[in-house]
Amino acid sequence: MNVPIPGEIDRRLLNDRSVSGRIGVRMPDLDVPEQPLPDSGLLRSVPAHLPEVSQPEVVRYFTTLSRMNFSIDTNFYPLGSCTMKYNPKINEEMAFLPGMGGIHPHQPDETVQGALQLIWELQSDLGEITGLPGVCLAPLAGAQGEYTGLMVARAYFADRGETARTVALIPDSAHGTNPASAAMAGLDVITVPSDSDGNVNVEALRGLVDERTCVFMLTIPSTLGLFEPNILEITSVVHEAGGLVYADGANLNALLGIVKIGDLGFDIAHSNLHKTFSTPHGGGGPGAGPVLVSEELRRFLPTPVVERTGDDYRLVAPPDTIGRVNGFHGSFGVLVRAYTYIRAVGVEGMREIAENAIINANYIRSALSGEFGIAVDRICMHECVLSPQAQKAKGVSALDISKRLIDYGIHPPTMYFPLIIPEALMVEPTETESKDTLDRFIAVMRQINREIEEDPDLLHDAPHDTPNTRLDEAGAARNPYLHWRPEQNSQAAD
Amino acid sequence: MTTKASPYIPNTDAERELMLAAIGVRSIEDLVRDVPAQHRFPHLDLRPALSEFDLTAEISALAARNATPGEYACFLGGGAYRHYIPSVVKSVVARGEFLTSYTPYQPEVAQGTLQVGFEFQSMICEITGMEVANAGMYDGPTAFAEGALMACRITRRQTIAVLDTVDPRNIAILDAYSRHQDIKIVVIGRDDDLPEDAACLMVQSPNEYGVVEDLAALAARSHTSGALAVASVNPTSLGMFRSPGECDVDIVAAEGQALGVPLSFGGPYVGLFACKDVYKRQMPGRIVGRTTDTKGRVGYALTLQTREQHIRRERATSNICTSTALIGLLMTTYLAALGREGFRQVAELCYHKAHYAAAEIDRLPGYSVRNDGPFFHEFVVECPRPPAEINTALLDHKIIGGLDLSDRTPNGMLICVTEVNTRAEIDRLVSALAEIGPR
Amino acid sequence: MTTPGDRKYSDEHEWALVEGNIATVGITQYATDSLGDVVYVDLPDTGATISQFDKFGEIESVKAVSDLFSPVGGTIVEVNTGVADMPEKVNQDPYTVGWLLKIELADPSQLDKLMDATAYDNLTAE
Repeated sequence: MNVPIPGEIDRRLLNDRSVSGRIGVRMPDLDVPEQPLPDSGLLRSVPAHLPEVSQPEVVRYFTTLSRMNFSIDTNFYPLGSCTMKYNPKINEEMAFLPGMGGIHPHQPDETVQGALQLIWELQSDLGEITGLPGVCLAPLAGAQGEYTGLMVARAYFADRGETARTVALIPDSAHGTNPASAAMAGLDVITVPSDSDGNVNVEALRGLVDERTCVFMLTIPSTLGLFEPNILEITSVVHEAGGLVYADGANLNALLGIVKIGDLGFDIAHSNLHKTFSTPHGGGGPGAGPVLVSEELRRFLPTPVVERTGDDYRLVAPPDTIGRVNGFHGSFGVLVRAYTYIRAVGVEGMREIAENAIINANYIRSALSGEFGIAVDRICMHECVLSPQAQKAKGVSALDISKRLIDYGIHPPTMYFPLIIPEALMVEPTETESKDTLDRFIAVMRQINREIEEDPDLLHDAPHDTPNTRLDEAGAARNPYLHWRPEQNSQAAD
Repeated sequence: MTTKASPYIPNTDAERELMLAAIGVRSIEDLVRDVPAQHRFPHLDLRPALSEFDLTAEISALAARNATPGEYACFLGGGAYRHYIPSVVKSVVARGEFLTSYTPYQPEVAQGTLQVGFEFQSMICEITGMEVANAGMYDGPTAFAEGALMACRITRRQTIAVLDTVDPRNIAILDAYSRHQDIKIVVIGRDDDLPEDAACLMVQSPNEYGVVEDLAALAARSHTSGALAVASVNPTSLGMFRSPGECDVDIVAAEGQALGVPLSFGGPYVGLFACKDVYKRQMPGRIVGRTTDTKGRVGYALTLQTREQHIRRERATSNICTSTALIGLLMTTYLAALGREGFRQVAELCYHKAHYAAAEIDRLPGYSVRNDGPFFHEFVVECPRPPAEINTALLDHKIIGGLDLSDRTPNGMLICVTEVNTRAEIDRLVSALAEIGPR
Repeated sequence: MTTPGDRKYSDEHEWALVEGNIATVGITQYATDSLGDVVYVDLPDTGATISQFDKFGEIESVKAVSDLFSPVGGTIVEVNTGVADMPEKVNQDPYTVGWLLKIELADPSQLDKLMDATAYDNLTAE
């Protein structure tokens, strides 16, 4: 045992706490006669080296770890493009009802009518909210929804014999998943430039669309948090060239009840339920990324979707389905949470979500535009992008500002994205934060701005009071240390 | 603006007015002027809001329309397995600090999630016998498909050989994942030669009929052809059976659901992914690495990130940007609670109970258990009637029967038995099957 | 750091130092500075042939990856395994310990397509 240090957290790994003979849970006794074992060549010769810890140790260990996290339940978390809104507790309770959390995916349809009805209702509600009536809830995350949507586009063109349509046009401000998914779908990626206002350069787009265009993928609202003013022109430019328009609607928070993306000419979209529809992020998943399409594309959706005949609900494969993209019917537990949320919010609450999200983002934008540059300083939707280049000139980066926010108990905004904005800090407050919280955030940002003048090292060395100060990420990548090793038995070099 | 207050939105009308004034606009309409006027503020055909009380009643009523395993004896497997989930697992996962945090891009405020990720990777390495693991994938089948794509990148070959005992669902997903990559999928039998240009041989063990494959022999065969061995394994079985690492398998995928994750009608689950160390830079997904901070203290951070979509964009190893961390936490807590001994015990309980059930059913007139080789906790029964009919009849006995495999094997039913199926339940199944019998 | 005058430069920020018919190849200080901490270098095998300005590998920092393009064509006769094991050598000095390849020149006249140090400094000063 090392010499204890006051304030130090005991972070030894489970295998370093393991004591032979301890157990964390008692298993039932074998209640049938022992059966003959197979050929020993098939059997494990050494047991898996799992830790041996008692139940109280398990609980204390994981509880201690949990307290080293920032989370929505404990901190303001204005992480742009991620929509870290409050995750209602009732969602969790509903997802873990035995009749929801305990049912087997292979059960015959007639034994899971309640689950299938829930899926059908959610399909309908999402179709109504987005104006894209063909909905499949199977994709397990936004990126999978994206890939699925692109496969639908390819199947549609294959069906029409337009096999030369192999280009995905993607704005330079897009998320990395867009080009990555397009590449998986066998599409060549051509980048569409943005204009100085952060909008799609429509003239450039006009020059790029042709008979090879499969899709134009557009994030809406844009990754700058702006609503594309030329949206109707953009969708018609693509349609005139025979292409489809894909909405990366990962984040629909600013659009609920404000506009249906289907009305704007989008043909395909995906939406992340773990953003707009309040399901928890869980430290990096699980998500759910339903794919939504126009009536014309519906028959190509992945399998399964739920169909209703009278009061009977069935899992079916759409007639020209692109096939199966994951093991079962999607992240059902996430779907239950999203459905619970939509029912709690109701028709009257949808627009209220978007309005409050937009007001909150603009409130921050207008308050901070003086001290911190705003990438494109016009009215924004659910988020705004700061570009603190004046601070950078004084030797303080967006990273330093982010790390200093941690000292004030605020999770950093999304940094260095979108790539086209220097020193980008993307702030998305969401509708579930109060004016008080925003006022404090604004005050903290102003104070940080003063600290840059008075004591910039406060920022360079931040954060100060977290379980770890800044980590050596270069060292981690140069010498990958990726799992427990026996020799690792001390947690502090000093 | 509606007057009905939402419990999830703090700001009042009065506060909103103050904020609008601070922004310098008169109304919300002024903030959405870029939205085409003719499409602004559409009518939504949704139902009105519900109170929490009404909501609970409505969704509980939906839940009550499902036949719930536990109330019913359940013998379904086929890729999702019912096991006992210790109470500590449920208690840990409910902690808001885990539940409501984001991907750990800011490691100083995500050491909890990151250290759990490191434990998760360590446990996967231990149970699979592999050298490196990532922090999690969507689910087992998609991880398996990503394993095949990875083999194509490593070998620069474009043919994927799949053993014909791999679950057709897995092959369907592989098809969806590789369709636009100029990749050919060839399904081969146990005695067929590997195609010369095969990037890998994909094997599932236990296979779609529950039979444990000889991974060592199959891996050796792949290596002879210059192909990699990609195996999908049931992690529970590794409490007893030889690990893929011991069998010289190159890439391992697994459905992590069986390790502490509720059935939840098929998701969310977690895909486990591991490989030999030499291939780690071709792995998809997130990876947690151990490092030190500026004060020399040990800490954890995401690493080898240049493989991923947010940096390499269209040249990334995958478009995936989730690790299904919360489900990974369930698995990590589960294995911590079970420990070395519990992990072995669960596998053995499953094995003995399943073999007991198989022997009892095999004795019934009209029923016979297929003998394709050693099995773990699932086996195929050839029934005297279509399995769908038998399963309907079993429901009256409060039993959810096995998986209907009649599309692959005449009147075949895949019956799964785990430690949660008591001897009383098994005996009840056996007598119900006897009673239902031939038509 | 001054740009060494003893070698030639490409506009993809690689250098070539010719001794006899062997060119030693690496990346410039400018490229190193814009990458930050180098964490991984992916280099080809010896014996491979490569054309001028073709991609021969990749160099990675924590959050960026760049292709490496050969300033000269020829046969790769040696790779710097020291850099593969300790990528930080590129940061230490990209012009000495951080070299990447030795290439037996296919056609010495290819060097005429490269810049001298002054021209390269002008390029990076822009």
